[in-house]
Formats: sequence, C-alpha cells, structure tokens
Amino acid sequence: MSQATHVLLDKLVNGYEVVIGFETHTQLTTQSKLFSRASTSFGAEPNTNASAVDFALPGALPVMNKGAVQRAIEFGLAVNGHIAESSVFARKNYFYPDLPKGYQISQFEIPVVQGGAVEFFLEGEKKTVRLVRAHLEEDAGKSLHEDFADMTGIDLNRAGTPLLEIVTEPDMRSTAEAVAYAKELHKIVTWIGICDGNMQEGSFRCDANVSVRKPGQPLGTRREIKNLNSFKFMQQAMDYEVRWQIEQIEDGHAIQQATVLFDPDTGETRSMRSKEDAADYRYFPDPDLPPLVIGRDWVEKTRAEMSELPRVMAARFVADYGLPEYDAGQLTQSKAMAAYFEAVAAASKQPKLASNWVMGELSKRLNSDEKAIESSAVSSLQLARLIERIADSTISNSAAKQVFDALWTGESTDVDAIIDAKGLKQISDSGELEKIIDTVLAANAKNVEEIRAGNTKAMNALVGQAMKATQGKANPAQVNALLKKKIG
Amino acid sequence: MALTTQDIARVANLARLELRPIEVERVLGQLNGFFKLVAQMEAVNTDDVEPLAHPAAILGDVALRLRDDLPSEPNQRDISQRSAPAVERGLFLVPKVIE
Amino acid sequence: MSTPPDLHDLSVVDLAAKLAAGDVSSVEVTQHFLNRIKSEQLGAFLALDADVSLAQAKAADVRLAAGERTPLLGVPLAHKDVFVTRDFATTAGSKMLANYRSPFDATVVSKLAQAGMVSLGKLNCDEFAMGSGNENSAYFPAKNPWDTRRIPGGSSGGSAAAVAARLTPAATGTDTGGSIRQPASLTGITGIKPTYGRCSRYGMVAFASSLDQAGPMARSALDCALLLSAMAGPDLDRDSTSLDMPAVDYATDLIAARAYKTGDSAPKHPLKGLRIGLPKQFFGAGCAPDVLLAVRSALAEYEKLGATLVDVDLPLTELSIPVYYVIAPAEASSNLSRFDGVRYGHRAAHYTDLNDMYKKSRSEGFGDEATRRIMIGTYVLSHGYYDAYYLKAQKIRRLIAQDFQTAFTQCDIIAGPVSPTVAWKIGENKADPVANYLADIYTLSSSLAGLPGMSVPAGFGEGGMPVGLQLIGNYFKEAQLLGAAHQYQMVTDWHDKKPGASS
Repeated sequence: MSQATHVLLDKLVNGYEVVIGFETHTQLTTQSKLFSRASTSFGAEPNTNASAVDFALPGALPVMNKGAVQRAIEFGLAVNGHIAESSVFARKNYFYPDLPKGYQISQFEIPVVQGGAVEFFLEGEKKTVRLVRAHLEEDAGKSLHEDFADMTGIDLNRAGTPLLEIVTEPDMRSTAEAVAYAKELHKIVTWIGICDGNMQEGSFRCDANVSVRKPGQPLGTRREIKNLNSFKFMQQAMDYEVRWQIEQIEDGHAIQQATVLFDPDTGETRSMRSKEDAADYRYFPDPDLPPLVIGRDWVEKTRAEMSELPRVMAARFVADYGLPEYDAGQLTQSKAMAAYFEAVAAASKQPKLASNWVMGELSKRLNSDEKAIESSAVSSLQLARLIERIADSTISNSAAKQVFDALWTGESTDVDAIIDAKGLKQISDSGELEKIIDTVLAANAKNVEEIRAGNTKAMNALVGQAMKATQGKANPAQVNALLKKKIG
Repeated sequence: MALTTQDIARVANLARLELRPIEVERVLGQLNGFFKLVAQMEAVNTDDVEPLAHPAAILGDVALRLRDDLPSEPNQRDISQRSAPAVERGLFLVPKVIE
Repeated sequence: MSTPPDLHDLSVVDLAAKLAAGDVSSVEVTQHFLNRIKSEQLGAFLALDADVSLAQAKAADVRLAAGERTPLLGVPLAHKDVFVTRDFATTAGSKMLANYRSPFDATVVSKLAQAGMVSLGKLNCDEFAMGSGNENSAYFPAKNPWDTRRIPGGSSGGSAAAVAARLTPAATGTDTGGSIRQPASLTGITGIKPTYGRCSRYGMVAFASSLDQAGPMARSALDCALLLSAMAGPDLDRDSTSLDMPAVDYATDLIAARAYKTGDSAPKHPLKGLRIGLPKQFFGAGCAPDVLLAVRSALAEYEKLGATLVDVDLPLTELSIPVYYVIAPAEASSNLSRFDGVRYGHRAAHYTDLNDMYKKSRSEGFGDEATRRIMIGTYVLSHGYYDAYYLKAQKIRRLIAQDFQTAFTQCDIIAGPVSPTVAWKIGENKADPVANYLADIYTLSSSLAGLPGMSVPAGFGEGGMPVGLQLIGNYFKEAQLLGAAHQYQMVTDWHDKKPGASS
C-alpha cells in the first residue's frame, strides 16, 4: 500500500488529513553561474557579479556550466533517481524586474533527474517521500525595497546562479513529517557537497504546498507557502496554514488556490498579490540551447567516485557496529560527525559507548557553545581514550563526565593525567571494597534483614552507603555484586 | 478559430503591451487574417513526427556543449550600466514592487 | 589631394590588392567612402563616426606597412544595425534601442575587425530584422538605388542599398527568413546566408534564435567568399548553437578558378556534372512573369556551363509561410521580452507603476510590425494553443527539412527565384502587412531547414528593377554555392551593373 493512500489516523487534525508536498530550491556550489561565467561569490557589491548574459544585454547568449550538471548527477544518484540521457531546457516567460531576460531558463517537460526518494525517521518510524523530479534552472536577481523611497533597487548578482529545484509527490501527512523531510534533504545536499545549505543566505529555500481533506475524499485545493528558509518558520507556517484552511472549510468557505507568504512577526500566512496571468508561462524549448546529453559513462564514473551516502553509511553502522537505526541516523547527520564517531569507535573499540557519548555529552556541549563538530574542543582520540577508561572500569560514568569537562575547557589534554589529578579512579580492588562493605553491612543490619525478606529496594540504600563511604569511587557494579554475595 | 478583443487584451497584457482601442481593432483584423493562413497547417498529417527545435538536428543528435566551471567574467558594472535609464549606488531603479 | 575616381567601383578583392600593392592607403579609401556616404539620400546609414572609421583605417595602414598581407586588410565595410558594436550605437532599427551603446562587439564584428576591415558605420534595417522592405525601420525607410521610390528589400535593406549604391564595398546582413537574399535580389547584389550555426550569433540582436544567421552582402560571389571566410567559424565559448566545424577558406578556389578562366585551357563546361533542381512550386503562377523570365535565362546560362536541370518536388513550400510565421514570432516574442525599460533601452517618461512602466515603455519603443509579431508569438505559445500552433509548426518544419533531403538525392543545388516580384513601391503594401508575408514564400523553407542559400544577380524585370537567382545548397555546402555563383558571374555581367542613383 503506497503511503499516499494510507491514512494515518493519529495524524489527523480536527478530523482532517493534512497533505503536503515540497518544492525546494537549492543553490549549487559552483564557482560560476549556470549560463554565464560571472562569479557566484556571496556578498559582492551590487551588479558586480554579472556579465552581459546576466544583464540580458542584446546579443548575449547562454553557455552551460558543466559543474552544475555534475552536481545534478550527484543528487540524482544520492536519491536513487533516474538521470535522463537527454533533457531539455525551456523558457519560462514572465515579466519581473529581477528577471532580466523576461524569461527564466528552466526545465519543463524533460528534467535532468526523474523520480527518486528521500528516506528518514520520524518518531522512530521510517518514512519515504517520493520525488517527482529535480531540474536545473537559473535563479533570479534580488529586489531591494527598503532603501529607496518609492523605488525598488535591482541587483542582478544572484541572477543566473544555478539552482536545482527538487519536487516531491504530495506524500507528507503532517507538518512534522514535512520538516523532517526538509531536514533530511538538507543533510543530503550538504553531505554530497552540491549545496552549502546556508539558509540565511538563501541557499536552501522551500515552498510548501499544503491542503487538507476529510479522509477518503479527493485532494483538497492547495495553497503554496513560498520561500520558507528556516526549519522553525517552516513548522510554524505550515501549522498556521493547516489550522487556517480547516477553519475556512468549517466556516463553509472553499479554499482558493493561492500563493502565500509567511510573516514571522505575526506568525500568519497571507496571500501574495494575485498573479493569475503569471500562470501562463508559455514554456517552450529554449532555441539557444540544444538538449543536455548525459552519457551513462559519466553517470557511472560519478557513482564510483561518490563518497558513501548517509543512508548507506547508517545501514553500515547498524550492520557493523550493532547500533540501533535511530542512533545510526543521528550519527550520520553530517560527514564530519560520522567521521568523528568512526574514529572514536575505531580507537576505543566501543561503538555503543562511542555512539552514546557523541550523540549525548558531545552534541550537548557543541550545541550550547554553538560549535560545529569540526571545532570540537575534545578530539576523537581523546574521547576514545575516555571511553576506554570507562570500558575498563578505571572510572565510572559520572567521573567520566568530569574528565570530559576538563578536556572541553582545556584544563588538560591527557585523559589519564586528569583522572590522576582529580583522583577519579574507581576503587575496584576486591579486598578494599570487601572491608568497606563489611562495615556498611554491620551498620545496617535491619536493611540486611529486609533484603533477605524480599525487599530489593532496600539494596539501593546499602549501595548508596557504600558509595558514600568510598566518596563515589567504588565501582558500583562490583559493590552490587559483593553486597549480593555477602547478603545471600 | 477567430480571435476576440478579449483575446487581444489577454495577449497584450501577457506581453506587457498597451494598445489603444483603435489599435486593438486593427490588430484584431490583422491577426484574424493571419490565423486563417495558419489554419492551413491542420491539413498536414504530423502523427509520429518529432518537432525540429534545432535545424542541425536533422543530420543527427545535437548535444549541448558544456564549459568548465570557471568564473572568468570580471566586474563590468559601469560599462554595462552606461545605457541604463535609472541607476543608483549600482542598483537599477524601478517603480516600487509590491509583493 | 584627389582620390582615384573609381575606388568605389572596385570589388573587395581588387581593393585589397590595391592596398596590398601600396597604391592607396586604407585611410584614403575610407575617406573616399565616407565622403560618398555624407551625401547619401538612400537612408542606408543609421550611425556614422568618421573619427572611429579613420582610426581603424590608420591601424590597418600600420599593419600593411609592417608587411601584413591578408585578404581583407584595410578594406572598408558597414554593419547591419543588429550587430552590436562598442564604437557605434546599435538600434536594431528600433526606437527601443535609440542611442544604445553595447559594452561588447558581436563576434562577427570582431572577426572582421581582426581581419583588418574598417567599419564605416551601422546600416538601416527593418526594426528587429522584422520585415521585407526596410519600411519597418523606426527611423526612416531605406531606398532602392535603382529606383528611389521603391524599397530595397528587407530586413537588410540598408546593407543592400549601401552596397548597390557603392557607398561601401561590402556589408554584413542577417537572414532569418530571407533578409539577406531578398534585398540582394531586389538591389542586384550578391548575398549568402550560410548553414545555420556557421556564423556566431553572439552579439546579433536576437529575432528568431533557431533561424537567425549572419552573412555577407557584396557585389560578387568572390567578394562574399572573402568575407564569409572571415565571418564564419566556431564560437564555442559564447554561442551554444554555433557549429563545431573548422573555419573554411571559401575564396582561394574561386580566385584560382578566375585565373584558370582567363587561360587558354579553361574548361568549356566547368559545371559539368552539377545537377540543379528546380522545385515546381517555385515556378508556378505565384511568381511574376518578368521574374521567371530572368530566372530561366540564368538557368539557361547554367546549362551552357554544363549543369543539368532536373525537376524536384518541395510540396510543403506554401505551408512554409504559416510555419515560419508561427515559429519566428514565437521565438521573437520571448527574445524581445528583455526590452522592458529596466536596464537599458527606452523607458517611458510617465507611468503610474511597474506594469504601467513596462507597457508604456514597450508600446512606445516598438513599432507596428514588432508589436504585431510579439502578439502573434505570445498567442501561439499561450496556454491551450501551444500544441496546435507552435508544436505543430515545429513538426511540419521537420517534414520540410526532410523534403529538402529527399530533393538533394536528385540534385546538388536547388535553384529558383528569390522573390515573386521585383521591388515594390514604398508604402504600397502597408495596408495589409500579412500580404507581405506571402512574398517570402521562396526563402522561408530553406531558412526553416537551416540550409545555406544565396541570391545572385540574374537580370532585370519590370521597371528595370533587378531580379536575383536563388541557389540553395545542402548543409555545409557554401563552397559549392559560391563556386556555382562565381562560375556564372564569370560569363555574365549582371552583377557589375550600376544603378543610376549611386550618386
């Protein structure tokens, strides 16, 4: 049963099924533009990253950037899509000041990537969102409204930047699922290096097509929320839109197809100025550009040279390290994190502990300091050594946290030195422990009676006492074992 | 397939052209005459015929040439903007656009 | 200082020889033509700048003095105003681009400049190359030097008038549906549209992208061959439709043939074995009798030269008109969208908002024919009409191209008239612009197929007006066309005739 027909009853909102599809525009990491040799560098003075082609001067003509095609192929492979042997560029005609030619060169009937899917986990459940297509097109320029009284300033630096537009089937059934999809897609495009993923700079922009319907009914009319460039806003915008549509329907109003913008200040979506005529784009194959031919050799060469994809790596972590799927998914959120984890696992030979520490304490610390893992104050080798000391019972888990702190703040770089300096070594010596335990048992005869009578909870108090007596340095597992042995 | 003044208005709007009423009438007549001519195309059977978008394609497949990804065009703003109707601080100015 | 009186009667090849021999300098030659142009009454030129031209001539003289001897060095020419130039304004015959200064030169312009040719200025044309009489120029009509009450043809009307009137030894033109061949025919000069993709389109103000081609216009096939050798060639970095085929020397063989011709052992039938196909659709009732007479006389000469005439069939000839007039305006409507008053070109002085600015700027900037074609083009691409019009036309286009391939199994060159009539009077066809489209019937189909085509002066018709013979070749066969034209021009002198109005 395809996901599209399976109604997730627990995801209904006020009895309505939510249907969402995404279109994501990813700016590709090429040096030059899609059809011009101007630079794509960010932050240049207005109209200084623009050539005759970008200014759409009379007589200028487009010439295709191989790097953009290369990245489209890589994306197609990453999502198991079909790379078209021949795809066509088409002109999408409309008038807007940031669109210098009066048409955008895009792909219409025959895109470069067809099909494919993105898989991810949502609350422990595996989800698959099917892709319809991904195609190459050029970005428009920028309009600056604020600086000039009743005029708008047009900067064409961005005009012509290569975009890969990625379109999904309307497979998503909750706003949370849609955000999870967006995050997974973001991970894929940054992992394979085709997009820098910088959402503030506009490298990754999502349009959400949202509709609602009573289960079993045909698809409702969708409204498109444009230009969502943060995951937080994505969630807010879609939640608002869903509630708004349901309210409209309940009040007896039909939903009109519209393009809407999200206003982060008000938390609402509102309809953009009507663009009915803009809907007639008069697409036709661009006569300035013959078809894009991609031979199977090129595809296979790319496939062979691509680094391991996150899903594949996650599956390998499950198989080789015995990690749960969720952990594997977390660890493969970026190439850098995965590499860090593997280095720790290899050096310590403790993949589960490595996973816990990378996902737990390390991630927590990186987040609160707003650091990327590449700038982690604790190196993978240091963490590996720390984990080894836990595994060989030199220190307890709680002691390990103190060691980690010391590493993080730069107090020292040597795990063993820190353990010695802070006297964190666990007491594992049986003889020493036995003496302490005998003392504890002697002082707590009543508890001993209760334990023998079947009250296992009373054991905790004894363990606690033993730990106190050893200033926390006793190996808790050993303490437990010894107590049990002595009590009987 | 006779055109109406509404068709003319729609097409003129799509093309961002402004025609005075007298021009609309004239263009309407001219276009209707033209489309009578164009209707002749219907007589030709084109089932199973591929469109010929690029003349060279009649000889064999034409493929798009690809260039290396090198940013070799320098800043050429000043010379490119010398014929611009309205420029300020390097930006082209247009009447304010309301989104 | 007196200048030789017959400099303007010299061909390009002979001018080049004189310059190479040091008989005359490029500055002298250039000044000579500039003087003639100053008093021209034909509306041929839109832009002139003597300082620029003479500076280029000086530079050519320096190269000559250094010993450089290349076929076009120091010879002047003028460019149709759809080629962008840094040194002259480019208007494309439109108010939309009044005073527009391009920051770059068209590739064709650069190549000819590199070859050492000197720009005399920019030549008048129908607005955005749309038209067959140069009456659609937003500035003024151009006039036929054979009868100044008549059109010189279009859209390269200024180019044709200037060459015919000896205001320039040669000119560049562009041909989308016949705009080099038809004005050449109507003014008695020689012109060639090469195979689509032979010459770079970079820097040509785009009209119909899958049809536009640059080509030379001059007074002989040999002169055209010299220019085409410099103009043609791959422009792989800038034009994705430019053919990756090496540049060809079209002239050397023709010069050798000329030398051979004057010798004792010259062959009596140099074109023996050449099969010339005559499409019956080109010789029907639609063609005026005076034109057919001149064309048939020319074909008789070809038989004398050894060629065989065969009948061929191009059944879709008439349909080439609606097919062309759907495809070309469709592409044009999109190509002309960049003229929006934002970054260059005409912007209206008064408007209420952005859309009003677009509408007023474009309506003020475009003339009637450009407006009409944009309307047609927008309509045939619009929702619901694309399949029936644009797609249908592109399919018939393939059939037309296939018909030519079939015909070329039976012949080597296809011949016929260029235009159904000689040049008509200025203003005569203004009332029904669509009727003008019908006159393109003989040139449109080869344009649609992307085939090379020439017009060669073949005699005179009604009113003493010139008639051109059209020669259409198979893909990449420009050398064969030029050779066949050259052989004809060695036994006839139509191409040497001078109009009275060449001041």
